[in-house]
Amino acid sequence: MKIVITAALLAVLCQTSVAAPADEQAQKAIGKRVFDQWCAGCHAAGPRMPGTASLAAKYGDSMPAALEERDNLNPALVRHFVRNGVLVMPPFRKTEITDAELDALGAYLTRTPPR
Amino acid sequence: MNTPQGVSPATFATALKAFAQVVGTDWVFSSAEDLGSYRDAYSPLRGLPDERTASAAVAPASAEEVQAVVRIANQHGIPLYPISTGKNLGYGGSAPARSGDVVLDLKRMNRIIEVNDSNHYCIVEPGVSYFDLYAYIQKKGLKVWIDCPDPGWGSLIGNALDHGVGHTASRYRNHFDAHCGMEVVLANGEAVRTGMGALPKAQTWGQFKMGFGPVLDGLFSQSNFGIVTKMGFWLMPEPEAVMTGWVMAPRYEDLHGVVETLKYVENSGLASGAPEMSSPLLGTGTSMEMVKMFFDGPPKLAARHGELVAGAKLGFSPELQRYGLDQQIPYWQLHMTFYGPPKVIEAQWDAVQSLATKAIKDVRFQAGKIHAGPEMKQAADRFEIYPQNIGMPNLEFFGMGTRAGGNPHPMSGHMWFSPVIPQTAEAIFEVNRVFDEAVRTIPALQRVPVLGLRPFALPTVFIERSFMAILGFPVSDDPKMNQALVQAFRELIRVGAEHGWGEYRTPTIFQDQAASVYSYSNHSLLRLQEAIKDAVDPKGILSPGRYGIWPKQLRKRRAA
Repeated sequence: MKIVITAALLAVLCQTSVAAPADEQAQKAIGKRVFDQWCAGCHAAGPRMPGTASLAAKYGDSMPAALEERDNLNPALVRHFVRNGVLVMPPFRKTEITDAELDALGAYLTRTPPR
Repeated sequence: MNTPQGVSPATFATALKAFAQVVGTDWVFSSAEDLGSYRDAYSPLRGLPDERTASAAVAPASAEEVQAVVRIANQHGIPLYPISTGKNLGYGGSAPARSGDVVLDLKRMNRIIEVNDSNHYCIVEPGVSYFDLYAYIQKKGLKVWIDCPDPGWGSLIGNALDHGVGHTASRYRNHFDAHCGMEVVLANGEAVRTGMGALPKAQTWGQFKMGFGPVLDGLFSQSNFGIVTKMGFWLMPEPEAVMTGWVMAPRYEDLHGVVETLKYVENSGLASGAPEMSSPLLGTGTSMEMVKMFFDGPPKLAARHGELVAGAKLGFSPELQRYGLDQQIPYWQLHMTFYGPPKVIEAQWDAVQSLATKAIKDVRFQAGKIHAGPEMKQAADRFEIYPQNIGMPNLEFFGMGTRAGGNPHPMSGHMWFSPVIPQTAEAIFEVNRVFDEAVRTIPALQRVPVLGLRPFALPTVFIERSFMAILGFPVSDDPKMNQALVQAFRELIRVGAEHGWGEYRTPTIFQDQAASVYSYSNHSLLRLQEAIKDAVDPKGILSPGRYGIWPKQLRKRRAA
């Protein structure tokens, strides 16, 4: 089972072409709002963030723990974790984050952070 | 296509089409992918044949749409399982209590109908979360506080109906007791309002709880008699200031004095905040200290201290007590939170110290700073006070079970075993003795970790007048371990009931058993609930089995 999941994740990670939205900035602004509403409580930078602390323990210094600081996320990967959850993170339903909002969230988190 | 139990694929398809005509095709979900997000994320039965999964989900946007969906469900015999925000994690989440039932997802009903900061109440729909209401109040600069549980993404209505609890003053922590009036859609599609909402021109929905005639509101909590579509709640006026005070007791036997002080202080209103107990000597903490532990790891005790704790029986040894006395480490600590004008807080704290000095030999005290006005939020942001103690929602408690704090075994979820016990020190000692013996001697309990039992279980005081001895079970991705957890949980329900300790709330998979131990007079309470079920929902289309209440045609399924 673990092998299957890992293979699926690798396939997702390797996807590079995502259709550019007509108004990328507007979509990213929506994505930022979705992030603040649904993700920031666990995944923002800062103390006592369950997701950030867990990813810090998982990855150490090899990559940033806060999702907004990552430069290796893509919409398909974001979609996978939002819709399926992982460990104590539950999945999120379409009544919570619609497909359109999820696309915007994926666009927002797919970026190279300012250096 | 999965179908509800006893419903043909053709009938189900017809019903789904009719649901879509009411809510729109975008809000009827039946694909495997969509239904995956309705699975109980924390179920110990995940991936096993007994896992409770939905055959479809329907998401109305208004009470009128709920009524229309219920009428269709009644016509076709489709069982519905309402959820509010679906974040009742550890108690069933967004999955139905019975496999195949259709989840009625009320998350889209997210209107904040009114927040009144003069009369201090709100009226909301089920999809409104604590985060939502907090953000609304902050944005509008209203001078009221919410009372939120540890995680802030739950529904005010869902949490209250499941008898959930929070962290501020006594009057608000019991979320069901804090409610004031509700609107309910019955199984026949009719909407009723309780309290003053039943009087068409009344302006007092959020002010007078009882209305006229029998108070029926309780029928719609921990039950399956109707779908609550609006609810009022009393809110706490924002106080001038907050302060935490600690009463520190040096000896094991002092737990008696600590509990007597706690009871008098809370029941007389001297300190209205949530009292919490901890043991600095045993290394067990309050909610805030637990959150710290999730992120920073277990408390680092001196080597000798750690050895003495490990060697203690039921949290005691003469050597450990001696160590605590020598090192000035309290055996017990009572944490109290005061709200109000600073002068009132100072006077209340003085009174508490006088009382505790009489009740506990060699007692010591420590007071935190009085945080006033905007300083309250700043102190919570700095984690000098527990944010939930001033009604600030967050998700920090989910640090439990992550990889943080050096935890080598991240969890996939958790469950809480939460029996109500008497509010006495004797009961605390007895609970520890009974459950410690159970864990040592009952095979099903020897195989699993029981969180919070050792070195000593101190109960919580979320709800006034009683204690809850809450123990945790870590759900993992190991099906065998999870099945062992289920067996262990069932054993604890059985053992607890033998001593008169019943659960105040439990995951859906244990609700039959937990309800069955409330068995006075040949289960007369459950039989009354069943009579009501038959009267208000004769077809049994609302949440069959929830909280152990089954409709007549399915009653044989009930646990003996």
